[in-house]
Amino acid sequence: MKPLLERIRMGETLVADGAMGTMLFAKGVESGQCPELVNLNSPQLLEEIAGLYFDAGADILETNTFGASPLKLAQYGLEDKMAEMNRAAVRAARNVVGERAYVAACCGPSGRILKPYGDCDPEEVYDGFVKQMICLIEAGADCICVETMIDLAEEVLAVKAARSVSPTIPVTATMTFDATPRGFFTVMGVTIERAAAGLREAGADVIGSNCGNGIEDMIEIARQFRRCGDMPLIIQSNAGLPELKDGHPVYGETPEFMAEKAHELLDIGVSIIGGCCGTTPEHTRAIRQMVDSSIYE
Amino acid sequence: MSILTEIVENLIVGDDEKVSALTQKAIDDGVLPKQILDDGLIAGMNTIGQQFKNHEIFLPDVLMAARAMYAGMDKLRPLLLKEGIPSPGKVVLGTVRGDLHDIGKNLVGIMLKGAGFEVIDLGNDVSPEKFIQTAREHDAAVIGMSALLTTTMSAMKEVTYQLKEEGLAGRIKVIVGGAPVSAEFAVEIGADAHGYDAANAVERVKSLISEN
Repeated sequence: MKPLLERIRMGETLVADGAMGTMLFAKGVESGQCPELVNLNSPQLLEEIAGLYFDAGADILETNTFGASPLKLAQYGLEDKMAEMNRAAVRAARNVVGERAYVAACCGPSGRILKPYGDCDPEEVYDGFVKQMICLIEAGADCICVETMIDLAEEVLAVKAARSVSPTIPVTATMTFDATPRGFFTVMGVTIERAAAGLREAGADVIGSNCGNGIEDMIEIARQFRRCGDMPLIIQSNAGLPELKDGHPVYGETPEFMAEKAHELLDIGVSIIGGCCGTTPEHTRAIRQMVDSSIYE
Repeated sequence: MSILTEIVENLIVGDDEKVSALTQKAIDDGVLPKQILDDGLIAGMNTIGQQFKNHEIFLPDVLMAARAMYAGMDKLRPLLLKEGIPSPGKVVLGTVRGDLHDIGKNLVGIMLKGAGFEVIDLGNDVSPEKFIQTAREHDAAVIGMSALLTTTMSAMKEVTYQLKEEGLAGRIKVIVGGAPVSAEFAVEIGADAHGYDAANAVERVKSLISEN
């Protein structure tokens, strides 16, 4: 496999997979329990999901390790399972794709608020991320994907933790923004401009946004990231915002709608296009077709 | 500048040490505790709530302001108790069973305390039984439940159902909130109110209590 960053540098647009949680719930995993328990209990489910996304044309497959940092697992009393959960998830994805696609090891927020706003020492968060990164990278992840962050300081710690374990592994870093009448901000008040500067400074290779928005707001977010410089960008949109129908969340954006809109991401020069909550292998397939057909335009 | 205005201004910028010292000074100067509370701490948190609602400030600013408010309250609470000044009411608060997302619930707790309410925060992953048992023990007027996950929302219904079964519906009011929770859902499960954001939740709790 050609190195991921080389393909991005050559101007290729890569397709990342869609939602993991949405698929797990659809396959009967109960909400409320730790979503990474499935890595230990039924890794074949992870292989099944990876297979669906790979067949749909994803170049990049994310592992089910979003909440597998020691601090987050501690909220379920599962921190002693940290190493095996992370390794098992990388293994499951690798078993399916071999060297035909990149295994992106996912890392989400610790769930704690850093000092001075909260009670958590930055060192504690950093040490936790380092432990998780060691497991993910030793298990053979092709890249690290730090995502859904709302606190820039915490994301910088995660990126630096990955860098401390491997100076060369590609790191993508995304934040989740809310659309407000005053512009895009994370819950902690981080602007796109600050995110772009801070993540670049921390050593991320690809920066951008995941979750929190449907494709139309994501296109605007991508434009604003682009105005901040020439860093490679990654955008992973939700399939719209969830609406509740008969007690179940329904995400309104169809694969066709999302892929058609996502064409604008190519014009902005986004390097990695994927999906987040509510997206399915059908969304991935539609985005793949859009990206492939654009090559011949 | 009056000392109460100084309390408000220092609370807004989140200076807990100054708010603590100024509250003590106001007490020593003989300002009535109730006035320090209403025109100092609560007034400051009102401004914070408004600015937060308008996206002029964000979670970190609210957390810092809340810390300053608590520092002032620590000085004031013994006096309020001694003078027998009742709080506007007690609210039992928590994130429902299966849900570990507590930022929204914490914000509501901060805003309720900032409005003078007594808040009993049960934290995350709270069972229906625990909500009701705590509300009974503390003679709370309101139970506030939060959910971020669409999949955990249904636990809210168990609380309204059990309150009804136990003949407590109406005596203990229920307010629900959280990203996936709508006003329609609140009606559907028999909750008394829906708070669409932290500031709105405080307004709704006020009107629930005044109905009693």
